[in-house]
Parts: sequence; C-alpha cells; structure tokens
Amino acid sequence: MTGNIRPSAGFTRRTLLATGAAALAMPMLGRRANAATTELTMLAWYGHAEPDMVAEFEAENNVKFVPKYYTGGDNMLGLISQSPVGTYDVILSDAEYVQQLNAAGFIEQLDPADYAFADFFPEFQKFPGHWVDDALYSVITRFGFLGVAYNTDALTEKEASTYNVYWNEKLKGKVGHFDWHLPNLGQMSLLSGNKSPYDIDAAAWEAVKAKTMSLRPQVGGFFDYGGTFSSLENGQMLAFAGIGDWITGVLEKNGAKVKSVIPEEGGLQWTESFSIGKGSTKADLAKKWIQYVTSAKGQAKSAQMAAYPAMVPNQKGWEELASTNPDEAKRQNMVLGQPNAMDMIREGRIQYRQLPIQQGLEEWNDFWSEYKGA
Amino acid sequence: MRRSVSLYGLTFSLPMLLWQLFFFVAPLVFLIALSFWTVRNFKMEADFNTINWVTMYGRSVFWQSYGLTLALATAAAAITSVLAFPCSYAIAFKLSPRMRQWAIFLMVIPFFTSYLVRVYSWQIFLSDNGIINGLFASIGMGPFPLLNTVFATMIGYLTLSFPLVVLLQLFSLIFIDRTLIEAAHNLRCGRIRTVFAVVIPSARVGLVIAALFCFILSFGDFVSPVYLGGGDPTTLSILITDTTKSGQQWPRAAVIALTMIGTLLAVAFAAVGFAYKGRTK
Repeated sequence: MTGNIRPSAGFTRRTLLATGAAALAMPMLGRRANAATTELTMLAWYGHAEPDMVAEFEAENNVKFVPKYYTGGDNMLGLISQSPVGTYDVILSDAEYVQQLNAAGFIEQLDPADYAFADFFPEFQKFPGHWVDDALYSVITRFGFLGVAYNTDALTEKEASTYNVYWNEKLKGKVGHFDWHLPNLGQMSLLSGNKSPYDIDAAAWEAVKAKTMSLRPQVGGFFDYGGTFSSLENGQMLAFAGIGDWITGVLEKNGAKVKSVIPEEGGLQWTESFSIGKGSTKADLAKKWIQYVTSAKGQAKSAQMAAYPAMVPNQKGWEELASTNPDEAKRQNMVLGQPNAMDMIREGRIQYRQLPIQQGLEEWNDFWSEYKGA
Repeated sequence: MRRSVSLYGLTFSLPMLLWQLFFFVAPLVFLIALSFWTVRNFKMEADFNTINWVTMYGRSVFWQSYGLTLALATAAAAITSVLAFPCSYAIAFKLSPRMRQWAIFLMVIPFFTSYLVRVYSWQIFLSDNGIINGLFASIGMGPFPLLNTVFATMIGYLTLSFPLVVLLQLFSLIFIDRTLIEAAHNLRCGRIRTVFAVVIPSARVGLVIAALFCFILSFGDFVSPVYLGGGDPTTLSILITDTTKSGQQWPRAAVIALTMIGTLLAVAFAAVGFAYKGRTK
C-alpha cells in the first residue's frame, strides 16, 4: 500500500482515504499490542519500581509496574487502609510493619516452597514477624544497618565509633536527626546500655528520654529524606543520627565525604520484605516478582539499587554481586569467605529496629515531638 | 431597600457557591468529624470521642508550636510588608506606565518556578560552605550560621510571599486619587509626611490585605521551616506531619488543622474589619 504513495504521483482520493484510515488505525494497533501488558501495582519506598530494578522483569513478563511510593511505614498503612481491597498487588514493608499488615488482614499467606529460602543465610530463613508459626506472610528482600553517619573531613572513623560522638564539642549545632523517632531513640537506647533497645522497662525508658534530651543543644535540625541527603552532602551537618549506609552509601558513591560506621554500642538493622496484597487478582504475577527479586540476579540488582543500596539475604545474591560488581560487594562488606557484614549480626552487635514493646508507639512519638520542641 | 435574588444573578454565582460547598464546606465538615474519630491498631474508626482535643490541647508542645507559628507568621507579615512597600511605592509612583508593566511582569516571574525549587536553591546561598559565607570568607569573616535558623525560615517566607505582597500593595497604590497627593503637597505637606498621612491611609485596604495574605501563607507553610529552618523549632505544619507520621493519628492532626483554620479565620476577620474600619459607602 505504501508503494502507492509516491510523491511524484500525487494523492488520489482513494490513497488519501486509505492512508488516513491506516493512520487512524495505528493507535488501535498500538492499543492491541499494549492490551497484553499486565499492570502490576506496587506499594513501596521510592526506588523499588524504577527501571534499574524492574525493567528486565517487565520486559521478560510483559508487565508494567504501577508504583505508589510511600515515605514511611505509617504512611504505607494509611494508604492501604484507605484503599479498596486488591488495590496493591505487591507490598514492600519494613519488618516492624509486617505484623501490623498481617493483623489488619492486608496481606496474603504465602507458600514457603515458592521461594529460595534454602539459599538465604540461616538468620533470614525464618525472619521474626514474617511468619506466624509456620505460616509465611512476607519474604525478606534486603536489609541494612543504622549507625553513626559522619563527615569524613570532620571526624575519624575511630571518633565516630561511639554514639557519644554526638555530644562532641566540635559538633555543636552540627548533629542532624533523620526525623523519625524509632531509629533515633533506638540508638539512644543502645547507648544507654539496653541490649534489646526496644524492649525496655519504665525506668530504662526514662533514662533513654533523659539521655536524648541532653543531646538537644547539639542538634542542628530534623530532616526528612531529601533534607538528610542535602545537609550531609553540603557539609551543613557533620554527624547524623538515625541513618546508615542506605543514605551515606548513595552520597559516597557520588563522591561526598560521608560514611557510616557501626559504633561500639551496636547498631540497628532495618529490613524490607515483599508481600502479596490481600485480594490481588494478579497474585501469580506478584509471586513471580518476589521470586525474581529474591533470586541471585534480583538480589544483586537490589543490593545496588540506584535509590539506596542495601545488603541482601540470599547468599547466591552475594556471589552474583561479587562477580558482577566486586567494588560494591567490597564497599558493602558483602564478600563470602572472609570477615563480612554477617559477622556483626552473629556477634550480636546488631539489633532489629522494631516497634516499642513495653511502651506504646504513641508514647515514643509524643516524646519525640517534645524533644523536637525543646 | 431589600434586594431580591434573581435567577440571573444566582446562575452566575452558582459555580462559586458549588465550589465553596464541595471544596471548602464539605472537607471542613469532614475534618471536624474526623477530629472526633479514634485510632486503634493504625486503623481509624468513626467515633464521637473528645480524646483528640483533650490530648492535643493538654500538650505543652502544641501550645509552644502554636505561639511560635503565630509569632513567625506575624513577623513575616510585618517584615514583608515593610520591605515590599518601598518597592511597590516606587513602581506605582516613580515608574513610567511602560516600566510599570515590566515591573509587574518581573514580580509575576517568580511564580513560574516551583516554590520548593526556589527554597532548595536558597540552601546553596545560605549553607556554611555556600555563596554568602564564601563571600564573607573572602574578606576573612565567618562562616556565620545562616541555614537551619529562624533567619533562613524568614527568608523562605519572603520568597513565598514577597512578590504577591508587592503586587497587592501595588494595585492598591495605583488607584490612589493623585489629586489627594497634590493637595497634600499644595498644603506644604512634605514627601515623607504625605506617605504616612495620605498614601498609606488611602491604600490601607490593599496594604492590610497584602499583609494578611503573607500571614496566611506563612502560618501554614511547611517547606521553609523544614528545608531552610531545619525543622527546628517545630511549627504547627511540622507538628501535623509528626502527628500523622506515627501511629496514623490523623484525628489529632485534624485538631491541629482546625485550630489553624480557626486562627486564620479570626485573623482574617480582624484584618478585614480593620482594613474597612470607618469606611462608608
């Protein structure tokens, strides 16, 4: 047909109509082609449904992810509770919120046989909170440590290796807080000598509050995700509480003079895991995604996710990363067969970040507001 | 004389009425209802419980934030009005009509860029290693702490409202009856005295409304206190996010929001009352 359209021959009415019809039909053809593409909704922290993570899976499975990004566990719970059942096919959650998701009936039970738990480090094969007895509800996909984040021009690693550095005279007005009470107060609890930082009695809680309040004159600000990045990057804050390599790793890779260290009092561990949303009509595809992202290849991608790096629980993912990006494997201390990040967990230097056990979440949050206003 | 509402008049005012009903009254009613709901295990439940009001009003941090936000917004309104007045005065009285058009255009341009972007760019100027401290360093001074201070927050408020305040002041100054100014000069009234005795009283409505807009924008602003003030101290807008961020306490956040709305309504009524005081038709 295109042979009829010769510039020199001029357009007859018939060719014009035929061309017009073909042109009009093109979007329909495109729509037909797209009709086969399945949309998979993902509720997650920013970055998890970006091309560096999902492009390959999308192409292989003719899927298009539709992400809804949240800015914290409470925000996530709010979004789910305010949405109709089945709105989200895949849900990424921090460990402490999986139990809440399950209690509220927002996530489906999973079959452990579907996932490569045998390849996971033993510590992550039956992660607390993800299981109710032998029933699985969420599959861990990545984790990281929270410690002291510091400017390498201002502090040495040795100086930063204790939470007491926040009180250092040269950091007056230069200590930043990631504005969320849970990691900050968890660190203060570790500093106060609580082995289980979130399971503390009333007296220990009072001591944590007093210790935290004594830090207030040193504090230069309370920052959200973006503010934390910029104030560390431009040197406005020289030390940061409540964060770890998930922020400094990104900055470090871009040349900023910042680093995170796990101090002698111990560090905290954050964990992200994937669940399938209750009532999802695409549960099979959601399962396929979780299988992909917890496979060796998916785990290596996850470890070097552009938005924020993390460690991964699958040992084969470590091997894959070491062969495809040895520098990053080394930077994150994720190399098998030598002292690595898992040793810190095994030596008991890392505690899970979790919701307070003996106090209400509200009590911790209210204190945080008072601390900020002090 | 009693005015009857004609169908013609109603037809034209209907869109505004519907707009107000759907986008102001209905959400406000919902917000009021929400403030009496309760939260259990992260889920909001419809209820009629005064616990949120009692809890929020019983917290010192709430009143502290309230006082601080009120003071900051009042200061922003006063500072912006004082700084904007010479600018709007010059545009209204000293520039040719053509130059005035250009000046108005220049005042509109800042609105082309996102406020968030403008605030972020201020960080480049105000940080310890930023442009301003760099200039100080070149003459052997500083660095001075500029970012993450109340001063920086105020810069942000000015960024937000200065062009608008200038425009509002300007439109009120432009329409001042010039014969009044000439009369003042003929009666040997000096330039400065003319400004205070003739210009400002004549433009009172516009000046007060401009200050009111600055107060409203600053009172509810979240961006400047967080990104320039470093979230320290806590303003009411920050307290709202803190309250919702943990434990899904939207009902308590509704209490803060309603208190803010109440305050803004009271200030707006007082300001408008003051602006039109003594005026007759």
